[in-house]
Amino acid sequence: MAQLPVELILMRQLASYLATPIFLVGPNGELLFYNEAAEGVLGYRFDEAVELPLAQWIRAFPLFDIDSGQPLPADHIPVVRALNERNPVHGSLLYEPPGGERVPVVVTAFPLVGQGGKVLGAAAIFWPEASEAAKG
Amino acid sequence: MRVEIWGSRGSLASPGADTIRYGGNTAAVLVVGDEGEHLVLDAGTGIRPLGLNIPREVRRIDVLITHLHMDHLQGLGFFQPIFRPNLEVHVWGPPSITMPLHTRIGRYLSPPLFPVTLRQMPCRLELHDAEPYTRIGSIRVRSDLVCHPGPTVGYRITSPAGKVVAYLPDHEPALGVDPFPAAQEWTSGFDLAHRADLLVHDAQYTDDEYRTHVGWGHSSIRHLAAFAHLAEVKRVAPFHHDPGHSDAEVDALAAELATLAPGIVVEPGAEGTAFEL
Repeated sequence: MAQLPVELILMRQLASYLATPIFLVGPNGELLFYNEAAEGVLGYRFDEAVELPLAQWIRAFPLFDIDSGQPLPADHIPVVRALNERNPVHGSLLYEPPGGERVPVVVTAFPLVGQGGKVLGAAAIFWPEASEAAKG
Repeated sequence: MRVEIWGSRGSLASPGADTIRYGGNTAAVLVVGDEGEHLVLDAGTGIRPLGLNIPREVRRIDVLITHLHMDHLQGLGFFQPIFRPNLEVHVWGPPSITMPLHTRIGRYLSPPLFPVTLRQMPCRLELHDAEPYTRIGSIRVRSDLVCHPGPTVGYRITSPAGKVVAYLPDHEPALGVDPFPAAQEWTSGFDLAHRADLLVHDAQYTDDEYRTHVGWGHSSIRHLAAFAHLAEVKRVAPFHHDPGHSDAEVDALAAELATLAPGIVVEPGAEGTAFEL
């Protein structure tokens, strides 16, 4: 695998030090990294998920519409929308952790635009809607 | 391809009795290509004596600047070739999304900081954003952003014969990476340095010094050893010596690097050193 842009490397390094759950994808939506705090919400260690293409990680992490309960299409997932629309996206959804019940999750995703103006990927910060972290 | 070190000090010029062997001039390296190309890497104070040695018959010089901190730019106004009317000088620097290179360099090369503006330079001057891939004569030049405060690039220069010098004078690939190094794809500067015949790289700090300078954009000698090993380089020239380090201290760091990086030839960057690739 070729070296990733330094902006993504620095984003991962920052994420690895933060207690805020962060999920990082590359320019094609491929999963690049999520941090320990995200592991707590998602229910999988990053080592188990490693780097997955978009089509695989959306199956590994089942996401549902907060209102209808229907599976969330890939192009409605906030981090994918941020990537495609080159804009920040904020919303709520349901996540079904392994062996658990669906939990409401609040997500803010934003594109990572590099020095050359190119979209290098996107990052999503998220947290369970009713958690103490969300209440601050 | 020939690589000559004309300035290897970091941060601030530091002439004096304690720095005579490695030199006190800040970053300036001359690369002479197999077909006579003249590439100058950075425009620290070492570019002044470097410029005085450029033959009059040279018609084009390319100055490749890694970033615009003063120790990499301060010498540009004293680079004698830019006062030659018939000379083509191309200055390359890190791209910015806010201001063109001309404007950013012009902040220094204009009154009140400097008496002459870029527009008044007699040479035929052209400024360019560093391209990810470009060709200068027969030489291939690759640039990429690296981990250092503010937009900063490193350069990978490849001769027609496939010889490679990688130049990363200000680089902190270990920032936030514990343990260092990480995997190749998650290591800043890896692609630039991979299997280089010569790696000219930041080696500013001892381990103890690094602990109090995390995030300042520079490497410890241990980080350089790990990076050089990861990148599988053949030869490494520790560079960007701390202005507070004496020749004896740079000697000690080089000896430590040789111990930490067995199998890699260590030749510290010193003014007057030349490498034939």
